[in-house]
Amino acid sequence: MGNMTHLDELEAEAIYIMREVVAQCEKPVMLYSIGKDSSVMLHLALKAFYPEKPPFPFLHVNTTWKFHEMIEFRDKIAEKYGIEMLEYINEEGVKQGINPFDHGSAYTDIMKTKALKQALDKYGFTAAFGGGRRDEEKSRAKERIFSFRNSEHAWDPKNQRPEMWKLFNAEINKGESVRVFPISNWTEKDIWQYIKRENIEIVPLYFADVRPCIERDGNIIMVDDDRLKLRDGEKIEYKKIRFRTLGCYPLTGGIESDAQTLDEIIAETLSAVSSERTSRVIDSDGGSASMEKRKREGYF
Amino acid sequence: MNGLLKFITCGSVDDGKSTLIGHMLYDAKLIFTDQEESLVLDSKVGSRGGEIDYSLLLDGLMAEREQGITIDVAYRYFTTDKRSFIVADTPGHEEYTRNMAVGASFAELAVILVDASQGMLTQTRRHTRICSLMGIKHFVFAVNKMDLIDFDEKRFKKIKKTIKILLAEFDYESAEVIPVSATDGDNITSLSDRTPWYKGKSLLSYLETVDVQKSDNENGFTMPVQRVCRPDHTFRGFQGQIETGEISVGDEVVTLPSNEKAKVKSIIDAGKNVDFSEKGHAVTLQLDKEVDVSRGCVLVKDAKPEISSLFTAKILWMDDTKLVAGKNYMLKIGTKSIPAVVMKIKYKIGVNDGSELTANEIFKNEIAVCDISTSEKIVFDKFETNQALGSFILIDRISHMTSACGVVEHALRRSDNLTWHDMDISRDQRAAQKNQTPKTIWFTGLSGSGKSTIANEIEKRLFTEGYHTMTLDGDNVRLGLNKNLGFTESDRIENIRRVAEVSKLMNDAGLIVITSFVSPYRRDRVRAKEIIGYDNYIEVYVSTPLSECEKRDVKGLYKKARSGKIPNFTGISSPYEPPKKAHIVVDTSNLTIEEAADKVYDKIKTLL
Repeated sequence: MGNMTHLDELEAEAIYIMREVVAQCEKPVMLYSIGKDSSVMLHLALKAFYPEKPPFPFLHVNTTWKFHEMIEFRDKIAEKYGIEMLEYINEEGVKQGINPFDHGSAYTDIMKTKALKQALDKYGFTAAFGGGRRDEEKSRAKERIFSFRNSEHAWDPKNQRPEMWKLFNAEINKGESVRVFPISNWTEKDIWQYIKRENIEIVPLYFADVRPCIERDGNIIMVDDDRLKLRDGEKIEYKKIRFRTLGCYPLTGGIESDAQTLDEIIAETLSAVSSERTSRVIDSDGGSASMEKRKREGYF
Repeated sequence: MNGLLKFITCGSVDDGKSTLIGHMLYDAKLIFTDQEESLVLDSKVGSRGGEIDYSLLLDGLMAEREQGITIDVAYRYFTTDKRSFIVADTPGHEEYTRNMAVGASFAELAVILVDASQGMLTQTRRHTRICSLMGIKHFVFAVNKMDLIDFDEKRFKKIKKTIKILLAEFDYESAEVIPVSATDGDNITSLSDRTPWYKGKSLLSYLETVDVQKSDNENGFTMPVQRVCRPDHTFRGFQGQIETGEISVGDEVVTLPSNEKAKVKSIIDAGKNVDFSEKGHAVTLQLDKEVDVSRGCVLVKDAKPEISSLFTAKILWMDDTKLVAGKNYMLKIGTKSIPAVVMKIKYKIGVNDGSELTANEIFKNEIAVCDISTSEKIVFDKFETNQALGSFILIDRISHMTSACGVVEHALRRSDNLTWHDMDISRDQRAAQKNQTPKTIWFTGLSGSGKSTIANEIEKRLFTEGYHTMTLDGDNVRLGLNKNLGFTESDRIENIRRVAEVSKLMNDAGLIVITSFVSPYRRDRVRAKEIIGYDNYIEVYVSTPLSECEKRDVKGLYKKARSGKIPNFTGISSPYEPPKKAHIVVDTSNLTIEEAADKVYDKIKTLL
């Protein structure tokens, strides 16, 4: 590959995949979760189609429990790049008062998985880009780049289509769809190094700062608004924390850290003793197979 | 740093592939503590009774953990001080061979496990063969379970000899044989004192240093076009990844297959304007004049790929449905998708010794050499010369399954290939091309019973679902082919005979035929069945009783017959002999057209 670096190769691969989808799929959409992987995906999409704008909309499935800084960031970015940003909220779930404190895994199912399916059906998207990476979790490590979903959005891990070389089979029947993961082969380290190299904007929550938080079930939870009710014995403390992944604030554990620059984050990531998903509370709910279960049901 | 190495582990089931990689990651301290904890936890509930089962690191799917086997390829990413790695751990079961091939298509090097206690198995040979087919040129044979043969040097050397014999068949650049024990860790990350006779490197240290750089064979520039970028009328750029060679602003390129020349006006490389780009880069090229280029075309400079509609290829069949010559598929090669037919299966390749075996059909996991014809001329190259223009997949046009993957061996010219001219296209091939089983659906029943109405509805439904159909009824047969026939008994017999013969011809052409004739005599229908073929004939008896038909009397025929104006009218002045064993019987007296059609259609679908 001439003088290409590892990051150059990953970038070219992702761009190739994005172009293949746009050239072959009827109605693509890019899932946008506001996290660092989404920031990288958006950046790659801007590059892939330049000087054209990304020829598809972006979709944020909002659980209404995201960190408020994430929503501000999302709106700022959409305006800055002039991209079409769709927001979808499962209003039925909101009406029923579904929340992460009282409803546990049902919350994830209703506000994330179900909401995503509703949104995809509503707009009739035939292909959805996601920022999933194979180094994140064991069942993700097994997923194809073009991952086929039936009309119920379900994944059949035992019967995936073979995917050879760079020949992606995008053929689907009516009602079926594909999820496409252009950064499958990136690691967390690659993501951070690329963010640094390309000077990509990310939500400030990734950098350490003094934030109000509590300790709950061994996780550091940030108190982002007054919907978080303190339990007996819990008290708000101000700690210097940052987040390795971003999601719903009551379900995302922070880590104590002094890393305030990308270099410091990269250094911290390289010496990390636990993988990034441990700070996401939902994964350990249901044992090591919980992610696969959710994915079979349509979770990203 | 030696750059990134993409490799796979493969070999037969239970040779210890996942354990090997798991152990390597564990020993090299390349796993995070939460994964390690989860590993210990999983092992306790797993099948190895508390001892660490390193394979659990990789077998990520629930079904895999339950069955203790690997079903699908898992990718792992790790970095040592010397190199970054992506490893694809692939399944050993023959049933999941296609998933192993997925991993192989992605890798530069294969670590093939051989069970020291069993030697080279058929599956080991199959995997080596597939690795070579998918383009792998670097091999490491890890002779595993050395602990089971007491680290016996002699037995190791014997296995090494059979490996070298197998390798002689293939075109490869490097091959190493290393004695290991995946469970105990011998020669995985450091040399074992249990194999003092082994003078090579440990597996990890070999992988850290092996050179897999492709020897550059002076390729010109090729770029298959993925899409045309046209944000407004002032800009038109061709987007794609440079597969071989290099390109500069001002260079003259040739567009294929349209064969026009144009100069490169600008190059955008991943979003930025540049003067030069090369192999591997995802670019957008603007040319200095209008050319006829769209997705699937190829831009070239100093390269001469083939432009033809016929080539010979080596394929790996991956579909549960077997390959039959003559069936139509969607071929994807480079960025081009085009209908294609596997014209001829030349031979299949013996898994063990690479022998050429004659075959008319190819089943799942078999490798074969075939001639493939595309519906138009396309741009391609030999896999050896240009991987992107020489590799392809075949997609089933109904199920959309990726049925096969293959590599181009060489182009064929119509003139130097006589197969097409010599080949008798059979009924099966015509049918396969239409993706259907030809049948004749024979409607019989009294005039006014509803035959034609239902037949018409059935044809519409089949047609909508993509079947190729034809209806024969009084309207299109009596006025033409059978113009010279009346309604006497002998003419009626001849009428039915001709209809049956035409149905047979149309079935031979691959069509599903629907006939709608009163056909009152049992022996005539039996004869029709003999002509058409017992297996191809579906009889539908529309059993609406005479009283109901006469009541409807849509065309006023019964009235005329009763008054004696029509002689030999079935039901009135001529008998109707109902079928004894029709496939489908439907009485329309109390059904709507939709209900009757639903009933018939559901049954027919099970017979097609």
